[in-house]
Amino acid sequence: MTKAVNDFIIRFANVNGTGSASANYLFAKAIFRMGIPVTPKNIFPSNIQGLPTWYEVRVSEKGYLGRREGIDILVSVNPQSMAQDVKSVKPGGYFMYDSTKKLPAPYFREDIHYLGVPMMEMSNEAFSDPRKRQLLKNIIYVGALAKLLNMDYSEIEKLVGEQFEGKKQLIDANIQALKLGMDYVDANFEYPLNFHLERRNLIKDKILVDGNTACGLGAVYGGATVMAWYPITPSTSVAEAFEHYCEEYRTDPETGEKKFAIIQAEDELAAMGMVIGANWNGARGFTATSGPGVSLMNEFLGLAYFAEVPAVLVDVQRTGPSTGMPTRTQQSDILLAAYASHGDTKHVLVFPATPHECFEMTSESFDLAERLQTPIMVMTDLDLGMNDHISEPFHWDQKRKYDRGKVLNAEELEHIGRFGRYLDVDGDGIPFRTYPGTHPTKGSFFTRGTSRDEYAAYTEDGAAYKRNMDRLMVKWETAKKIVPKAHLYQKENKSEIGILFYGTSTFSAEEAKDILEENGIIVDAIRIKAFPFGEEVVQFIHSHSTVFVIEQNRDAQLRSMMIMELETNPAKLIPVLNYDGMPITADAIKNQILKHLNLENTQHHELSKTAL
Amino acid sequence: MSYLKPLFRHPKLPKNKLGYTQKEYEGSLSTLCAGCGHDSISAAIVQACFEMSVEPHKVAKISGIGCSSKTPTYFLGNSHGFNSVHGRMPSVATGASMANKDMVYFGVSGDGDSASIGMGQFVHVIRRNLNMVYIVMNNGCYGLTKGQDSATADQGSRSKAGSVNPFQAIDLASLAIELGATFVAQSFSGDKQQLVPLIKAAMHHKGFAFLNVISPCVTFNNNPGSTKSYDYVREHIEATSTLDFVPEMPEIKTNYEKGKSTRVAMHDGTLIQLNKLATDWNPEDRVSVANALQHARTKNEILTGLLYVNTEWKDLHGTLSTCSTPLNKLKEAELCPGTEALKEINAGYR
Repeated sequence: MTKAVNDFIIRFANVNGTGSASANYLFAKAIFRMGIPVTPKNIFPSNIQGLPTWYEVRVSEKGYLGRREGIDILVSVNPQSMAQDVKSVKPGGYFMYDSTKKLPAPYFREDIHYLGVPMMEMSNEAFSDPRKRQLLKNIIYVGALAKLLNMDYSEIEKLVGEQFEGKKQLIDANIQALKLGMDYVDANFEYPLNFHLERRNLIKDKILVDGNTACGLGAVYGGATVMAWYPITPSTSVAEAFEHYCEEYRTDPETGEKKFAIIQAEDELAAMGMVIGANWNGARGFTATSGPGVSLMNEFLGLAYFAEVPAVLVDVQRTGPSTGMPTRTQQSDILLAAYASHGDTKHVLVFPATPHECFEMTSESFDLAERLQTPIMVMTDLDLGMNDHISEPFHWDQKRKYDRGKVLNAEELEHIGRFGRYLDVDGDGIPFRTYPGTHPTKGSFFTRGTSRDEYAAYTEDGAAYKRNMDRLMVKWETAKKIVPKAHLYQKENKSEIGILFYGTSTFSAEEAKDILEENGIIVDAIRIKAFPFGEEVVQFIHSHSTVFVIEQNRDAQLRSMMIMELETNPAKLIPVLNYDGMPITADAIKNQILKHLNLENTQHHELSKTAL
Repeated sequence: MSYLKPLFRHPKLPKNKLGYTQKEYEGSLSTLCAGCGHDSISAAIVQACFEMSVEPHKVAKISGIGCSSKTPTYFLGNSHGFNSVHGRMPSVATGASMANKDMVYFGVSGDGDSASIGMGQFVHVIRRNLNMVYIVMNNGCYGLTKGQDSATADQGSRSKAGSVNPFQAIDLASLAIELGATFVAQSFSGDKQQLVPLIKAAMHHKGFAFLNVISPCVTFNNNPGSTKSYDYVREHIEATSTLDFVPEMPEIKTNYEKGKSTRVAMHDGTLIQLNKLATDWNPEDRVSVANALQHARTKNEILTGLLYVNTEWKDLHGTLSTCSTPLNKLKEAELCPGTEALKEINAGYR
């Protein structure tokens, strides 16, 4: 049997609410500390206690961070899902289970290995408190895996010490549980397994963090002072992270005074209204939500677009439509967000792919929103938002100043003559604005969702309405020049075929690109970071005969936007999709691309036959 | 509506402490129907702000959608205004207030805007005790869509077209008191003498000040049989008190019958002097106010004046412990934790 060093997938099958999350995290973090690239993913139900939950950890020496199909090792501690868990192991793989109870005969397969560890029995013998027995049973399997996979025990011990700092009893109990698992393996199995770990130095200064934390922190650094939100999976932890870091860095330790205001609103409509009120009044305000929330916010997004009020919205996408699968991932709010609300509207979107970019793009969105005086939506998703990802560390330039856009102060108002709130004075489509309270007699204006002239006076004059709508398109052109540029993977084109992707499809798309290359198929690649699309995107599309557009929704939404916005031939944009709620895999991408290319070859062949 | 507004002002118009005449507090020409109650309320707001010498630009006017929500264009032309979306004024006002605690926020809404589409936001802005003046110009109908009954139309009230409203009315003042609004008043657009001091007191209240002002719709709901017509309201109003808003600490006035006068001290040192007409009612006791409203309803009376005031509860800024500098005045140095802190944060994720 071939050995797989630092290249395998292990899945933990748990029951939610049993404390398995921290044990599983301990396992993944220890691998990270061993300097080996690792991608943990939580697959959890929309429920608090008692339903199956899985935690999947991919270890990849090559640094592939996307999901991969096929489970090499399954750790089963949930009888509820055992039948399906046994089936999910790849031939030659391992099935670790709690042998306190005998494994039922139907669960035996000829082609996999079984590792029975009497976790519950050992835990019951060692610990008296029922809750502890439950929790430490999980640590016992981490101990067993430590031995089986050749993990660095000192890293695990250190992590336990960090997690329970100052709580000696807990540390001792955890160490005891770890040792129980290790000793059992020592006495009963040959180890390490074929799949195992070896220390590397591949992590360098990278960090392991989830995207929602990064978005929340990015908003703190970006100068957000008002946050209004309504609880919704999977975005809630953005608000939590924002609050956590604000409490830490923006609260006066002596007086308790806070340089921020966080409001849990009555619904998403109100949340967006508060964000718009705050931004209108010169504060940086934002909200975080998911698809159902964006649906409700449509009305206010239209107002902010038309009345030209800045706003930042972090959309942590989940599986729609409607309530859909609230705890599964998708990139399916793209079209909704891009054209949110009735009438002619278009919104600026940014697509982060890593926690580093969640931080960067969220903080930058406040500049973009104020420069463009329009809502900016940060389109992340459940996979990026709620799972830990290896990422470049967060970066902030100490010299960076907030760009507050075109805002007139009292002195400027004295000198400019007549102030026109919606007057484009310099051709970029972006007019000057004033904050309420600036000047006693100059610069006041009426903000409204109704049509108005250049001086903000209500009008039903069709010509004035049209001038305003046309100016908004000039602003849209300006947006194309200042939003984050797409990333090109090659300086010069090497192929007629291109692949195009964004957000969390990135890791698997990059891996698929390598796999295709190994199969002799060279493709060029581009990663979209923002909407509207810049000139580099137009060039990429025009300079390839076929472009595979990789995304995680049924309707190929980004592809539709490209067809609408770039006036390109739809036939050359081939959708590569995944929409089962699980993150897209490299294999799925590769297979769809190969299928299309083969099909294309076959068709050509038949056509030439007919011609003969 | 009138088509012209004279630009000429008498050169010797009285000036307030800031040196402004009433002109600095006026807005554009109203486009509402001639005789609309809303215009009288706008005029009362102008008078209150002028007399109190409020800096016009230190006021923000925010509204929803409907005839009432149009009015912010017609008063305080030197103030920023925001005519937002239907029923959502409270959320916009909340965000605006969070951004800058140093301004006065006038929220203007109607019965459709607050009692129907915006009921959720109305309820929750009360719950948070946002520091604002919230005026409902209540005419019992949807004027801008030509007179449909609203949720505040009284059961049995007859519309212009002759149909009788079969549904119970939502009493916004009772609801506000029940929800814990810290300042609740009711008035009539035709009673400027009562309305102006109420608006002044509301502006000085640090917290949520709700004014439910019956404001007849002359075009669609001023007919016989309507309980929101000028005639009906005039015949059925019952004032709780006469009221003075006292901008500075005055000597106690003694020209009212002893025992009927009560004073409420506001946070900023100003006073509301109430000369009670109803004896079984105490404006600082929620239960007595709720009872008085119930009793009035059984007698088909519209109780007006200051109904309830509570100066104890914290407003939203107080609850959130926001700093004294308005949030919109804070700069990078105060908001951004900086690169050193980020290094530590990064280290925590390794």
